[in-house]
Amino acid sequence: MSAATTVGPARVSTWTRARGNPAIIAGSIICLILVIMALFAPWIAPYDPNKQMLGPQLADPSRAHWLGLDSFGRDVFSRIIWGARISLWVGVVATVMAMIAGSAIGIVAGYFGGAIDRVISGVTDILLSFPQLVMGLLLVAVLGASIGNIILAIAITAVPAFIRLARGSTLAMRERDFIDAGRALGFSDMRIMFAHVAPNILDEIIVMGSLWLATAIRTESTLAFIGLGVPPPTATWGGIIREGFEYLNDNYLLAVFPSLAILITMIGLNLIGDGLRDATDPRAPQ
Amino acid sequence: MLLFIAKRLLLAIPTLFGVLTLVFFLVRIVPGDPALVVLGDQASPAALDALRERLGLNKPVLVQYADYLTSIAHGDLGRSLTTNRPVMGDMLSVLPYTIELTLASLVIGLLGGVPLGVMAAVKRNGIADWLARIVSLIGLSFPAFVSGVLLLVLFAIQVRWFPVISAPRSGDALERLRALALPAINLGVIMIAYVTRVTRSGMLSALGEDYVRTARAKGVPARAVVWRHALRNVLIPVVTIVGLNLGVLIGNSVLTEIVFSRPGLGKIIVNALNTRDYATLQGMMVVFAFAIVVANVLTDLVYGLVDPRVKTA
Repeated sequence: MSAATTVGPARVSTWTRARGNPAIIAGSIICLILVIMALFAPWIAPYDPNKQMLGPQLADPSRAHWLGLDSFGRDVFSRIIWGARISLWVGVVATVMAMIAGSAIGIVAGYFGGAIDRVISGVTDILLSFPQLVMGLLLVAVLGASIGNIILAIAITAVPAFIRLARGSTLAMRERDFIDAGRALGFSDMRIMFAHVAPNILDEIIVMGSLWLATAIRTESTLAFIGLGVPPPTATWGGIIREGFEYLNDNYLLAVFPSLAILITMIGLNLIGDGLRDATDPRAPQ
Repeated sequence: MLLFIAKRLLLAIPTLFGVLTLVFFLVRIVPGDPALVVLGDQASPAALDALRERLGLNKPVLVQYADYLTSIAHGDLGRSLTTNRPVMGDMLSVLPYTIELTLASLVIGLLGGVPLGVMAAVKRNGIADWLARIVSLIGLSFPAFVSGVLLLVLFAIQVRWFPVISAPRSGDALERLRALALPAINLGVIMIAYVTRVTRSGMLSALGEDYVRTARAKGVPARAVVWRHALRNVLIPVVTIVGLNLGVLIGNSVLTEIVFSRPGLGKIIVNALNTRDYATLQGMMVVFAFAIVVANVLTDLVYGLVDPRVKTA
């Protein structure tokens, strides 16, 4: 082991392993394409996603409209490209919010223990007693369907999982010598928790975050499919599927194309999440 | 064992209490006056007052909370705001459909996932292992409504093997089975993905254990070592994953019921969401949360059966 790796052996080996993992490479390529699609939607999409064309409604794919037209005569390909924006934005913001809030609460619970831990763990158990999707549905129904409320609802459903993870990792970390050393040096609890414990459990939180990103995007599209998504005419994948579902007998392709977009995205994110988990798992073969 | 069950049940009480409290306050943070939401802007003040009176909205919140806890203790989930029927009755009338669907998907998940996971671990990096990885990746990637729509397009619209509307009780047992098939496969594939993963990783570590080597050294046939000795020790994580995923299964069954036009709890929830029937939503949340808490208790009890050491711990 070189001098450089002794500074933080677990970290270096984890990310080195992650870089060579074929699943992560494949997943990253898929996600990169998705991010480019979302960022450059105005330039990539051939048409305005909300513009109604003169062609027949529910038209089949053609050279002018690669994936056909929807029931309002809008270009499906352009709508799917613009839909990537909503899915990614909602997914990333909700996951990051849940990661930050959940980890902070979990670290506090694990670090202090005692009554604080009992209260936090009790509330976490209660929140985990609700099916994630049903809880999301109720929250959006209560708060109202807007992009901000959808992000908030998805983040709230994800927070308990991060609390539990961060708490467990902090419990293990609390017994380590460097935490005792920090205390002996007179560091404040805040400094130990967020400058010393947090960086050491970051790997696990990021792995969980990558898996939750897929869940968050899935929840967003599900809410849209049920009719509780970002209100129309904004293009969302779940919304396009919902519309296609109503015309399943007339033109099922309208439901199939956005379904494939979601499926490919989920596969990409799950490949990254699984690859990261394998790379950070100390029991996995080196 | 009795003491273990009693202890576990007692531990569930605070969680259940917390769940009930959370649902109560969640439903009450709805912006605006629920009576106005139900009756609309055109309603007369007298009608609004009458509805508030009926819903108990004119009482102090703490009194409403006490009433709510008392009625739930009596098995009363309140009345629907739109139909005025008891929520409990509505739920019980469709519960068999949801239970039928959930059980069928669990059976598919276990019958498909356990053998696939075992074969993947025994022949690591072989064909079965790759198949297992692909199946579990795809199973975990599909949102339930997406796989449902694709199954519907393929097997009910393209090749007409199954009905588009899976409302059962429309004929004999065979018809019911045909109606159940697509929704159950839709949920079952997701369960297969979870079960395969857990079985595979559990078997991989079990096959490296000393007792497996001892059994092999004693000349126990390879098949018996895998299926009788190693698999028995993998059952705990499999039970855990099934128990833990009940929430996922419930969420997905809601979507599956919508896609396949099947009666069930999912349809009640979506109807309640569309009509802003908060009384029904509140009742359904209580039912779902109860189901998950009970499933957690049952999971722990099954541990006791699968692994006798758990009881004494």
